[in-house]
Amino acid sequence: MAIREHSLMEHTSIDYTKITQSSSFQQLMRAKKKFILPLTLFFLIFYFALPILTSYSNVLNSPAIGPISWAWLFAFAQFIMTWALCTLYSKRAANFDEMVEQIKQEAKEGGSV
Amino acid sequence: MHGLAFFLFLIIVALTLIITYFASKRTRTTSEFYTADSSLTGWQNGLAIAGDYMSAASFLGIAGMIALAGFDGFFYSIGFLVAYLVVLYIVAEPLRNLGKYTMADMIAARFDDKKVRGIAALNTIAISTFYMIAQLVGAGGLIKLLLGIDYVYSVLIVGVLMTIYVVFGGMMATSWVQIVKAVLLMVGTFIISVMVLVKFDFSVIKMFNEVKTATPLGEAFLNPGNKFKDPLDTISLNLALVLGTAGLPHILIRFFTVKDAPTARKSVVYATWIIGIFYILTIFLGFGAAAFVGYNKIVAANPAGNMAAPLLAEALGGDVLFAFISAVAFATILAVVAGLVLSAASAFAHDFYSHILRRGQATEKEQMVAARWASIGVAILSILLALFAQKMNVAFLVSLAFAVAASANLPIIVFTIFWRRFNTTGAITGMIVGLFSALLLVFFSPNVWSPQPGAAILIGEPLFKLANPGIVSIPLGFIAAIIGTLLSSQKEDNKKFDEILVKANTGINQ
Repeated sequence: MAIREHSLMEHTSIDYTKITQSSSFQQLMRAKKKFILPLTLFFLIFYFALPILTSYSNVLNSPAIGPISWAWLFAFAQFIMTWALCTLYSKRAANFDEMVEQIKQEAKEGGSV
Repeated sequence: MHGLAFFLFLIIVALTLIITYFASKRTRTTSEFYTADSSLTGWQNGLAIAGDYMSAASFLGIAGMIALAGFDGFFYSIGFLVAYLVVLYIVAEPLRNLGKYTMADMIAARFDDKKVRGIAALNTIAISTFYMIAQLVGAGGLIKLLLGIDYVYSVLIVGVLMTIYVVFGGMMATSWVQIVKAVLLMVGTFIISVMVLVKFDFSVIKMFNEVKTATPLGEAFLNPGNKFKDPLDTISLNLALVLGTAGLPHILIRFFTVKDAPTARKSVVYATWIIGIFYILTIFLGFGAAAFVGYNKIVAANPAGNMAAPLLAEALGGDVLFAFISAVAFATILAVVAGLVLSAASAFAHDFYSHILRRGQATEKEQMVAARWASIGVAILSILLALFAQKMNVAFLVSLAFAVAASANLPIIVFTIFWRRFNTTGAITGMIVGLFSALLLVFFSPNVWSPQPGAAILIGEPLFKLANPGIVSIPLGFIAAIIGTLLSSQKEDNKKFDEILVKANTGINQ
């Protein structure tokens, strides 16, 4: 019961709308959108290109390196792509974390009651 | 010959029970039971995600599919891995910030409505149960092949063990069983892969050249199209693979075991590296089995190819390696089913009992009792279903679980975080349409119906021609959520969405 009251109190003490209107929060949302949206589209297109190409054509069946065809190279490229985008995301997310820290700081100081 | 394998099985059982004993001392509160008190590090959770995810279907199933069908088997490896980009980019951090114990918590953070929570919990239970039946039926058959123990006893052994882990050790025991399994699986797969490479003089080119003549498919073995003939079905499968993971409840609850969103992110990155390396190695397992075990022997042991990896171990390393790989497969099954029991039980106990039935008024002690009984209930139900399904080919239940996850869960998760206009009606229609369209399409699919007696469960022409419903059911789930939202007269709650936006993106007021 005590926990419920506590969270209820906290609940009312933070003005979320005010935070969403702050420039630091809007900056975070813009930065995230600019990063996440294009890259998500990219990896989805990159991913579906493989089954679409192998299902509707034979272009990937031609040999690339010795007996290894382009289909296999494209398949391996999916792994490289996934690891690269993972690493890229964790690098960028470090910036997001800094921005979040600032927003938290402002929310605390701003006395958003 | 089975003596050593049996001994290693006993060691694994003993090890997991010791883990459970120590975990039980730290499983007294609901937070400890459901999330190990959010005490795991990024590395630990990364390994546990990998252990939760790489099922026997991955280890044995994909190795077998690559051995028998070449390139097409590898489609699964790719889809299962790229799916983690969806998890990382879209789902993991907001989920950690908004949820507490279950996926339904996250949706309920925005829509505090019993119906929404109830249906979300129902979806979790449906997905986890389908997945579990497939795992248990596979486990029963597998242990029978490996150890010669009867199917019924095999299912009972696995069933009793998973119940013990979850009931006594909760998330702490489940996590550590998954971590141990992930390490064992990586070690086992790595050893076989190196041995396969040695046989090919460390030349991948030589390996590709030799498998061209090793199978009945000849050169076609290396080309796509041996298993998946229908382009639409192939794309449908890939769609469910890549979008389904981000909606699988037993994976999603893993993000509550770490303290915050940055740690959740780290754990996905570690998991992606581990899972990626594993799936690359499935090529060596598959090609190795094709070359050194041979098509006829693989099919003779199991028509679906599930014995390819253990047989390859036997061919390369004799009885000792065979016993070790069999033990690894056993550990793999245990780790996955434990995670599934926990996810279904949390939906029953936390969502249905604590929130809906008791309206959040249950005491901590009552909630713990409910959580433990729910785990026992889920386990018994799954064991009974698995015993009943012994003679059925239930491998398709895994793809069904992925399809339901992508069609019913993913649209709601995405819209809850990103769409201001989204409302209760949209959440309900999206989840119901997503669930039932996937279920019905699978019911009318070639998985269930075949004109040939014995090829599927029922005899007759399938009304729906695709084996994978994703390409129809996933858009339906999204569209239903949108239409439900737009048709409803509910006004958009800007204040609530602002709160969700801030919480999801910053973790403030957790």
